[in-house]
Amino acid sequence: MFSLAKLIKPALGLLAGFTMMAAATTLAAADETRVVFVTHGQSGDPYWSVVKNGMDDAAKTLGVKAEYLAPETFDMAKMGQMIDAITASKPDGMVVSIPDAAALSTPVKNAVAAGIPVIVIDSGGSKLTHDLGGLLFMGQDEFQAGVMAGERIKALGLTKAVCANHEVGNSSLDDRCAGFAKGLGVDVPVMNGVIDPTEMKNRVIAYMTAHADTQFILAVGASGAEPTLAALDELGLAGKVKTGTFDLSPTILQAVVAGKMEWGIDAQQYAMGYIPVAMFDLWKKYKIMPIADYPTGPGFVTKDTAASVIELSKLGKR
Amino acid sequence: MVSEIRDERVRSVSRLSRLLSRPELGAAAGTVLVFVFFAVTAGSSGLFSAKGIVNFLEVSAQLGILAAPVALLMIAGEFDLSVGSMIGFAGILIAIPSVFWGWPIWLSLLFTFAVCGGIGALNGLAVVRTGLPSFIVTLGSLFMLRGLTLGLTRGISGRTQVSGVHELALHDPLNSLFSGQVFSGLIAWLSDIGLIGKRADGLPSISGIPVSIVWWIVLTLACTWLLTRSRFGNWIFAAGGEANAARNLGVPVARTKITLFIMTALAAALFAAIQVLVTGSADTLRGTQKEFEAIIAVVIGGTLLTGGYGSAIGAMFGALIFGVVQMGIFYTGIDTDWFKLFMGAMMVIAVLFNSYVRNRAMRSR
Repeated sequence: MFSLAKLIKPALGLLAGFTMMAAATTLAAADETRVVFVTHGQSGDPYWSVVKNGMDDAAKTLGVKAEYLAPETFDMAKMGQMIDAITASKPDGMVVSIPDAAALSTPVKNAVAAGIPVIVIDSGGSKLTHDLGGLLFMGQDEFQAGVMAGERIKALGLTKAVCANHEVGNSSLDDRCAGFAKGLGVDVPVMNGVIDPTEMKNRVIAYMTAHADTQFILAVGASGAEPTLAALDELGLAGKVKTGTFDLSPTILQAVVAGKMEWGIDAQQYAMGYIPVAMFDLWKKYKIMPIADYPTGPGFVTKDTAASVIELSKLGKR
Repeated sequence: MVSEIRDERVRSVSRLSRLLSRPELGAAAGTVLVFVFFAVTAGSSGLFSAKGIVNFLEVSAQLGILAAPVALLMIAGEFDLSVGSMIGFAGILIAIPSVFWGWPIWLSLLFTFAVCGGIGALNGLAVVRTGLPSFIVTLGSLFMLRGLTLGLTRGISGRTQVSGVHELALHDPLNSLFSGQVFSGLIAWLSDIGLIGKRADGLPSISGIPVSIVWWIVLTLACTWLLTRSRFGNWIFAAGGEANAARNLGVPVARTKITLFIMTALAAALFAAIQVLVTGSADTLRGTQKEFEAIIAVVIGGTLLTGGYGSAIGAMFGALIFGVVQMGIFYTGIDTDWFKLFMGAMMVIAVLFNSYVRNRAMRSR
């Protein structure tokens, strides 16, 4: 017969094991530089995965201790609490993203007030970073990147476009679409998509059936771009209806090489993970810190350059 | 004279009222309602062209593959909230051994089905052994599987998406079982005689019927047979209706439930196999919220959340409604910002209509 006690014992043992593991890691050498990332990007997101790889590689190469934290969902209140908790643990440097200034300003200000050097990556921008007392901003201005994408499409003479957004409600993806419309100089409708690849693909097919005059589809991330390519293939429109995307993946790069996609916009977010770790290491050892912001993107990966980065993309570096 | 004496415990019920009391009747009526709505609002937009039909059927089919065994499990009085995470997990189990370790696809597939079936059995064992609500047990598996998926994938590949399955699967004996198209010849012929439109490049607008649709139909029929024609089906109803009474009558309630948890886990693995081989990649986020979509489809299909009543055919209609509503709005020209409002409203209306029709039918008995 089942008894609860039988279950509880191993469960407690497991818990004790975890606690000991956690304790062992925090008892590491005290003079080692410790950098903590608190971002809004879930580690399951392929984009943020590359940031984390940058961080891990830098930590390994430089012998620095780096930690990556992010709330499970897009939860700004929780992210604020995480920043507060990390502030209390006194790291040598903190790296944050600020997708919501109203919710995160106070925790970031408190961290700065507590004497912790802060670098802002990805979201937040230069002005906000300096207003809050951060050292510098690193990342891609999403709106500006969108504008540049729009200008490229305008130069091709195309006017009828759509922005395929696979994650509606994410403000940086909205910025990409809005910037694109600005650069193209005409209204661009947003097609609301989903993460599920089958549904995303079929929505693109449905949209293209109902709006057959569309000349260009902008995907705002790999999760939207791959189904878009599949949809165009199925419709027999691959290469005829032009398409381009933000962010890279091996499939996207292969499509760029094959001429099915105009370009992929690389935010070079590996640098957002790697460089702050190095900067804080230098800061701790020699009090050295760059004095200006560091734009990492947009880097347009086109037919000429795509082939050379496919392997890097497979490794999660691009 | 003898033949005139009838057992007073047996009531004769006409064929019509028997039909009206079927659980799937309301869902069938709801489906008709939804189709009428879209015929009026988007009739000429291509939603009901061959391409449009395959388009929404493919979405319905994937959900329906999940919904059929989930319906059986819910009739037996249990939930499985881990099916969504299981899809992501299974996808990674297929992709990683084949892309990183050089396993042939068929072996990765067998491995995945075995592992997922095992986890399903563990879910079932945990539920029947602890007596905890399955809602809680499988909520735990939901998180554990997602975490395991992410940890394994990032640990092995350094990414959260694993692509490159397409090239490996090209000559695999099992590839066409999950990602192929059927009836291509028939479609080409229908296109030649003008019943199916052509694309700009002269090829038929569809090259065949995605094999997932066949899986959906076969699975639904198999589950229906199991539920209504087999002894196991009686056990399912008994377990969900009154488990203690069933146990006293000798129904192996625990074994029945564990078997059903294995079936839902295998359905999730099948879903993943189809999606990975069709898209050529696996992603740790795949299957997010599918557990809820499957439950919604089952409930629209007339299965009671409390167990003991329902059908697999109903779940098929539920998935069909879901797919049509999902895709239909794109043909209506409505601004897609309103999509979720619209979808939620359609769902509620379909379920209300469904229960209204069912109540009418029950009263008329």
